[in-house]
Amino acid sequence: MSDKEMVTLDGNEAAAYIAHMTNEVIAIYPITPASPMGEWSDEWSSLGIKNLWGTIPDVIEMQSEAGAVASLHGALQAGSLSTTFTASQGLLLMIPTMYKVAGELTPTVLHVTARSLAAQALSIFGDHGDVMAVRATGYAMLCSASVQEIMDFALISQAATLESRVPFLHFFDGFRSSHEVVKIHKLSVDTIRAMIDEDLVIAHRQRAMNPDHPIIRGTAQNPDVYFQGRETVNPFYEAVPGIIQAQMDKLATMTGRQYQLFEYVGAEDAEHVIMLMGSGIGAAEEAVQMLAAQGAKVGMIKVRLFRPFSKAHLLAALPVTAKKVAVLDRTKEPGAEGEPLYKDVITAFAEAVAEGSMAAMPRVVGGRYGLSSKEFTPAMVKGVFDELAKDQPKNRFTVGIIDDVRHTSIDWDPHFKPDTSSVTNCVFYGLGSDGTVSANKNSIKIIAEETPNYGQGYFEYDSKKAGAVTVSHLRFGPSPINSTYLIGDNEASFVACHQPTFVTRFDMLAKAKDGAIFLLNSATPPERVWDDLPKNMQQAMIDKHIRFYVIDAYDIAEQAGMGRRINTIMQTCFFAISGILPRDEAIAQIKYAVKKTYGMKGQRLLDRNYAAIDATLAGLHEVPVPGQATSSFERPPVVPADAPDFVQRVTSILIEGRGNSLPVSLMPVDGTWPTGTTRYEKRNIALQLPEWDENLCTQCGKCPLVCPHAAIRAKVYPQDLLAQAPAGFQSAPIKGKDFPAAHHVSYQIAPDDCTGCGLCVEVCPIRDRNNPEHKAINMRPAEERHDIEQPRWDFFLSLPEFDRTKLDSNKIKHAMMMQPLFEFSGACVGCGETPYIKLASQLFGDRMLIGNATGCSSIYGGNLPTTPYTVTSEGRGPTWNNSLFEDTAEFGLGMRLAVDKQAEQAREMLALMADQVGTDLADALIHADQSTEAGIFEQRERIAALKEKLKTIDTPQARSLASVCEALAKRSVWIVGGDGWAYDIGYGGVDHVLSAGRNVNLLVLDTEVYSNTGGQRSKATPLGAVAKFAAGGKPTFKKDLAMMAMAYETVYVAQVAFGAKDVQTIRAFMEAESYDGPSLIICYSPCIAHGVDMSNNLRQQDMAVNSGHWPLFRYDPRRTARGENPLIIDCKPPSIPYRDFISTETRFSVLNRINPNIAEKYLTMAQRHVETRFSLYSQLAELAVKKADKPAPPSE
Amino acid sequence: MDLTTQYLGFTLKNPLVPSASPLSKSVDQAKELEDNGASALIMYSLFEEAITAETETMNRFLHQQDTGFAEADEGFLPDWQDFSTGLDQYLENLRRLKETLDIPVIASLNGVTPGGWINHAKELQQAGADALELNVYYVAGDIDLSGAEVEERYLEILRLLKGNISIPINMKLSPSFSSVGNMARRLAGAGADGVALFNRFYQPDINTDSLRLQPSLHPSTSAEALLAMRWIAILYGRIDGLSLGATGGIHTADDTIKLLLAGSDVVHLCSTLLKNGPAQIARILKGLTNWMEEQSFESVADLRGRVSALTIANPAEFERANYVNILDSYSFAPGVMV
Repeated sequence: MSDKEMVTLDGNEAAAYIAHMTNEVIAIYPITPASPMGEWSDEWSSLGIKNLWGTIPDVIEMQSEAGAVASLHGALQAGSLSTTFTASQGLLLMIPTMYKVAGELTPTVLHVTARSLAAQALSIFGDHGDVMAVRATGYAMLCSASVQEIMDFALISQAATLESRVPFLHFFDGFRSSHEVVKIHKLSVDTIRAMIDEDLVIAHRQRAMNPDHPIIRGTAQNPDVYFQGRETVNPFYEAVPGIIQAQMDKLATMTGRQYQLFEYVGAEDAEHVIMLMGSGIGAAEEAVQMLAAQGAKVGMIKVRLFRPFSKAHLLAALPVTAKKVAVLDRTKEPGAEGEPLYKDVITAFAEAVAEGSMAAMPRVVGGRYGLSSKEFTPAMVKGVFDELAKDQPKNRFTVGIIDDVRHTSIDWDPHFKPDTSSVTNCVFYGLGSDGTVSANKNSIKIIAEETPNYGQGYFEYDSKKAGAVTVSHLRFGPSPINSTYLIGDNEASFVACHQPTFVTRFDMLAKAKDGAIFLLNSATPPERVWDDLPKNMQQAMIDKHIRFYVIDAYDIAEQAGMGRRINTIMQTCFFAISGILPRDEAIAQIKYAVKKTYGMKGQRLLDRNYAAIDATLAGLHEVPVPGQATSSFERPPVVPADAPDFVQRVTSILIEGRGNSLPVSLMPVDGTWPTGTTRYEKRNIALQLPEWDENLCTQCGKCPLVCPHAAIRAKVYPQDLLAQAPAGFQSAPIKGKDFPAAHHVSYQIAPDDCTGCGLCVEVCPIRDRNNPEHKAINMRPAEERHDIEQPRWDFFLSLPEFDRTKLDSNKIKHAMMMQPLFEFSGACVGCGETPYIKLASQLFGDRMLIGNATGCSSIYGGNLPTTPYTVTSEGRGPTWNNSLFEDTAEFGLGMRLAVDKQAEQAREMLALMADQVGTDLADALIHADQSTEAGIFEQRERIAALKEKLKTIDTPQARSLASVCEALAKRSVWIVGGDGWAYDIGYGGVDHVLSAGRNVNLLVLDTEVYSNTGGQRSKATPLGAVAKFAAGGKPTFKKDLAMMAMAYETVYVAQVAFGAKDVQTIRAFMEAESYDGPSLIICYSPCIAHGVDMSNNLRQQDMAVNSGHWPLFRYDPRRTARGENPLIIDCKPPSIPYRDFISTETRFSVLNRINPNIAEKYLTMAQRHVETRFSLYSQLAELAVKKADKPAPPSE
Repeated sequence: MDLTTQYLGFTLKNPLVPSASPLSKSVDQAKELEDNGASALIMYSLFEEAITAETETMNRFLHQQDTGFAEADEGFLPDWQDFSTGLDQYLENLRRLKETLDIPVIASLNGVTPGGWINHAKELQQAGADALELNVYYVAGDIDLSGAEVEERYLEILRLLKGNISIPINMKLSPSFSSVGNMARRLAGAGADGVALFNRFYQPDINTDSLRLQPSLHPSTSAEALLAMRWIAILYGRIDGLSLGATGGIHTADDTIKLLLAGSDVVHLCSTLLKNGPAQIARILKGLTNWMEEQSFESVADLRGRVSALTIANPAEFERANYVNILDSYSFAPGVMV
């Protein structure tokens, strides 16, 4: 067999390679970090890549993981080899079906990127919380610790499941293993074929459901036989460990890589042994080998097979000399007396001792580590051994955190490091969008594939989407690299900073070791760049004898016509000065890589990349490091001095990237965090800032409406307040008779919070007649404007808000005078979703409860370190929670039920206590009209009066009423999510909540793909759009969610696009909220996933509407009651060809480049579809409606 | 009856030549055009600007998808590295059309840069194009740019191309020259084998909801053909060796006959084919032959230019009189008493 081929890939690709090769039906659903396995499978099948049996696997995306595993169950029952991939909550959704699959002894492999479960918070990162939750399902559980193991164990699982008939869960650590890029041996097709027994495949098919040989499964059994039936499977489970070991041995004969179910490493006479599974093994092995080499009697057991748990194999692996054992679990089981692996090990040992097969019981302790990808380093492993060495080692300890509440944590010495002197460590700080990560992946490929060196890449990402920072950790060396942890302090010989502003934001040189190279991209000339660095950085350079290089990569990129894409330039610098490869050879390799990528796409792209590479070599300068730090500034504090205490003590540490140092005591116990913290995270990422021209402005309010980050605001205030304004503060007399005299208005930008997207300028309708380039708002270089705008913004914030009861919310100009209670989120530059949320927060924010589906809106809405929902000066504002992806409609409905019930209870108690609180007040509270802002204001005044009254009444009932009386003020319940939720995974709940008749508002931010997980198709994806999971173009039409909701006839439904018709959007929001029943607003939300720059966000909305792709309409059941047609079409018939719309977006146009015939076919179908749909809607809107005798009740 | 006509050095079986339209994107539809009587085919335009922009877009959204956030670290669109460019597809379509059709296939090129013109033109010639139509799609919005400079731009491109390719070149012109006839003659002098009169521009429109511009394209009407008719009538017989094609607004046999009478060598059909399908060519041919029979014309050559500026009594009618006549149409006839 030839398995000589070396490949550089990540764990997901390694697993998907085997899964696609050895299966016939693949059911997929996106979830981080498992999505790429589905994406690879879909792409490979789209490309016609065949499996082991010469057929292209049928890949189908389902509506949820529950759907995926159910279709897999069906495919297996009907005789196909079938697989799926998932993680975290997705795995939990599969549990019921997993019991069925296992109970029916069905061979299949489920590949899982192990990920944290959402508990006090969601986390996308890795631990074993998910897989441990399914350990009772009857699946065998095999764990891979490295990318090589992932490829090998995926195949071993497949072979073993066929032989044993027990279904397998093959898991590996999310991100650390699934996303680590590393050079491994690829299993050849011959090897794969040799491992898969054809007779077993045929046997699986012969067990299938087949009407020619009918059987029945899935019966219902009774007390008489269910129990016995459950016991029938024992022989199959007993056989599994032996089968896997035999398959491991077989693979070893072909590849030379020998694995054991429990594999011991360390001193032969080890007295202290640790046991663990997953990627932590890499770090542990480095520590154990180093300690053992130093003579320490230590060892470790790598746990590969967790279920069925093989006591015999475990005992065989443990040295007889072992006196103390620490079992490490990467999970947390609150309330249990230990985590699962620990308990299984202790049970095995106890049984063995009792049975006499083990001489004495070792001292066994359990510990937790690595939750949510918390770093797990050799130093921590050493810390565990140090703990074991104590007379009374802690049990149920934690390692990697500081637990100052229950003191579970053990200490470790961060200075302990294994000897990795043969490895070159490199760290790169880049912006998400500048191509740093892909350039580094490319560099690993070059080094790993073109030289005998091994390479490893791991990438740290940001929780922000706009201006995201990435840190790339690259290792190169002559031997395979198993360091499953980040490059630490004083370890990197090369540190690169691809973005000049990072020098004041991050302590990058902490990673640098003595004599390291530091490469800085800066526009400052080499002779002056030293002065740009903060003093502590200068000192670090001197202390660490740093060799300092500088390049103006933005200038070279600009000159070469590459915009701000500096990846090739910085990659060239890396190769030119790191010395990893001979310089000429490295440059030749980069050029070769460029040619491979761009060779077919035209000389122009090729030429400019070559030009950039050559210009880089000429523009790279070494800067002498002076002997003394001369800078006059330090890195500034991350939050302002006036930030609240919690922000100072906790949030600021998170912002600084030092969250690992926060102890348990500083964490909220139940996941409750303060809102309104984005205002303290000043990121200053815009290259250009808008400048308002108060003389030209007509005060229409469109710029604050479209701003995705609430970084441009409007406020009306008495003119006399301008007396305190800083010099140059811009204002103009407010236009219009709706406002009192002597009032001024200001449109003010927040210079630290603006992302520079330019949508405010794009939407501005007013041009200077004498200079049409000049609008009433214009982008200017940030360095010119920032310091001018900063004091103005501060003053603007100090101005009082205008009385909202005097504003007419139906008018954009007025609505935009209301304070946005959603500000400075981490959403993408030019985001198409956030303006809708911000609008809702302006109109209703001070009375909003939000249930938010998992997705982009929960990430920019609720991802730490800071969150964007904020409060008015009275302290009111949206209160927000995210339950799950699938249950949001129901979650929000529950909030409605609660606040309605509380209001009802309050009214009931008020009625009983009317005499005590005053009958007038009680009556007014009970019968308040809150249909207007003024009505709500008055009710709040009455509630305040009631509370004062209740303070004077010392009865249980008074206290009870006081606890619910705030619910007497109007509450606005909003259920927010994307199309993945509303159209797919949450649709069952959406449908039910729409039918339930209660007063909730569903806001669907429709980007037509699963944006947050990276652009997988949903049922909202239009016909012919290419997306992940629809690599060949989506072959079906977008689901018409609005039409389905209108079928209830009691649901308010609107379809809106603020960039096409803002007046209609605001009208729909007002109508929806005022409707005392369920409302559904479907919002067209352009997304970078569409493959069009978001500076075109508004144009794309316009084109979507004008082409008929996104008709605008409102369906209001109240109109039916008035004898009017409930449906109003708010746009004109399609007026531009559908082709014109789709040709502007890569998601469509790429299909024309990969399959033009299909693209044309879909285009023809789509053109016809938009016309017929508009015609259908128009006809519905024209139907005569009989006036109802009485208003239709909104409930069912 | 002899319907043949000479065009760009080819002898065509009749004067009906479909102009650049999406119909030539499909080999099957092109074959239908040929089967219905098309005597040559001008392919849809290869837009250099569009190809460049599209390649840039694909480059950004397929090759450079880094986002920086963990859940979408590989970007948003599938990793289609091996997409073909618009140029690849055009060349491939041209090859397939040449394999399938017997009639001449004329490639159509719309360029922006001199480099783009030459490189693409060479590739089109190499892929088998029988001739090349240059669609110099240019709106001179720069008020510092003189008419002479605009004209020189056309001539310069043409000269560059003549120096690099050997197949005939047809220039598709806009009506916005101050002296169309002079321009045609200078193009002929620079090597043009034919001219097509006239280009139609997409006109931007204003959306009153969003206050933004949006493109608009309205199908041509027969009335528009009168513009070409006038200029063909003026140019007929004046410039040796320059083929005259009429384009824009030719929908019916009647339109065709008028343009031939004015002096066209060929007429180009577009909107009418998009609206009525390829069979419209056969209908127009039928109408033409019926009319020729009624009028006793034996050949297209016989009727060509019968009502041109060279052949009618008062050529000035093609220049101003028409306008005057309309203005004057309220006047009573001299013999009527008022």
